[in-house]
Amino acid sequence: MSLDLDIHVRRGRFTLEVQVTAPAGVTVIFGPSGCGKTTLLRAVAGLEPVDHGKIVIDGSDMTEQPAHRRAVGYLFQEPRLLPHLNVLGNLKFAQRMGRQVRGQSFDEVIALLELDPLLGRAPFALSGGEAQRVALGRALLSAPKCLCLDEPLSALDQGLKHRILPYLERLRARTDIPILYVTHDAAEMARLANHIVLMQAGRSVLSGPAEAILSDPAAVPYLGVRAAGTVISGQVMAPDPTTGLAVIGFDGGQLILPELSQTKGHNIRIRIPAQDIVLAREKPRGLSALNVFEGAITQLHSGQGPGVMVQFQTGGTLFLARVTQYSAQKMELAVGQTIFAIVKATAFDPAGIGT
Amino acid sequence: MSWFSVSPVELDALRLSLWVALVAVALSLPLAVAMAYVLARCRFWGHGLLNALVHLPLVLPPVVTGYLLLVVFGRKGALGPVLEALGMQLAFTSAGAALAAAVMAFPLIVRAIRLALEAVDPRLEEAAGTLGASPIKVFAFVTLPLMLPGLVAGAVVGFAKALGEFGATITFVSNIPGETQTLASAIYAVLQVPGQEAAVGRMIVLSLLLSFGALLLSEILARKMVRR
Repeated sequence: MSLDLDIHVRRGRFTLEVQVTAPAGVTVIFGPSGCGKTTLLRAVAGLEPVDHGKIVIDGSDMTEQPAHRRAVGYLFQEPRLLPHLNVLGNLKFAQRMGRQVRGQSFDEVIALLELDPLLGRAPFALSGGEAQRVALGRALLSAPKCLCLDEPLSALDQGLKHRILPYLERLRARTDIPILYVTHDAAEMARLANHIVLMQAGRSVLSGPAEAILSDPAAVPYLGVRAAGTVISGQVMAPDPTTGLAVIGFDGGQLILPELSQTKGHNIRIRIPAQDIVLAREKPRGLSALNVFEGAITQLHSGQGPGVMVQFQTGGTLFLARVTQYSAQKMELAVGQTIFAIVKATAFDPAGIGT
Repeated sequence: MSWFSVSPVELDALRLSLWVALVAVALSLPLAVAMAYVLARCRFWGHGLLNALVHLPLVLPPVVTGYLLLVVFGRKGALGPVLEALGMQLAFTSAGAALAAAVMAFPLIVRAIRLALEAVDPRLEEAAGTLGASPIKVFAFVTLPLMLPGLVAGAVVGFAKALGEFGATITFVSNIPGETQTLASAIYAVLQVPGQEAAVGRMIVLSLLLSFGALLLSEILARKMVRR
């Protein structure tokens, strides 16, 4: 299943012109506020009229269809549960109204989102996180061919966010429909994205697989220095027998972490911010850092700021590190050079660890 | 005749009042929902004019409304021939009394429903649409249940207004015992004759009971809805 979009919307001075193809999996739409992310999602769902263009969902042209015939599940920033129905009523409403095609079974959705204890409750008696979970379940039960999640976690505090993210990861693993996910939170993006579309001022400036975009120096101006970094996809190995530290194997080596909630055999994604990597020209000795990787520089990118983004390859994984202009000059960094990267085991952003 | 024995004429007036009020509310309610929807949700040229037209019976002297009803629905009125062809007569009949009461109650019912409708969050309707509900289903399963308290309030206010309607009724359908004489016009008729204090008192007690009952019923309904 996939989603092909060619959307042109003009509202006064603002123009949205985006061509996007979203395959199965999560496509994160990332950009500053006001760049047209929400307008794009609303256009896909039929909530915003399109001046011209094409919206093809799962092979059928939906451009002229009204919202209720598009089979686009939409999760808004706020849950929008129907206040006159309880949780079960809200879920059943979606099932009754939903298109009777390929619907996920009720029990499956309940189990996926752990909604069972909430079924008898009224919407006003739910916490923000619970309500958003119910709203997600409701969207799934309407048998969507595509899901639009419009900053679904933005109204939740940090702690609640971390409790919802695993549900979204599980959803991503279980479903084969395209999911468009709008956010301006880099950690969320790194955790969930299979693909990334970077937007600015109504246009998509860069798009591609998440690992490639996040470690692309050219993407740094749009991602922001803090969001840029490496996403390592690996597998949890047996803990180190002598130290007891967690070990993750990936294409390019092994990563050692102080602790990990996931058990052996799990696939895992870890984000390393570009600014948390230290570079050395020679193999360092006598360091406290546990993770030292050898790689070859593939790209050097100096922006307007004082930093230089250095992309290097270790095995099949592209890393991104940020050093100062001064260091880059002193170290005489150049493309093709062999380099050693030092990553502190405690530098991992726990929000960036996902499945 | 003791003070408490209600005469057949008074009983007729009571029965007619109830019938007129119920029919008036039943007639206006669906139309009022449609009108409230149009006024609250649609923007078009002449919106203000339509709004004023709906509210006219509220501000016009009831006698004028009654007279206008005669002009339109009377036997020699604009629609007289049409009604005659249909075998209907409204002027000086109980059906006409219900029409007069409905016209007078209409603006009040529309106002109550419109307020409730404007309080319904359109974002909920939008969400229901993305779940696959067509606009008709959205109205039936989201908008209507959410504005139900306003609907009940409108019906009760309309019922009360129809029960007490006097000016337009007496102008349009006169004051014929057993046919168009409601409690209000019966009280008026009795007041014209000296020495009928007992009859007046009885009917006033009846009116009080009726109005009080209606209020009580609306209160119970409102509580039930809040509990849901």
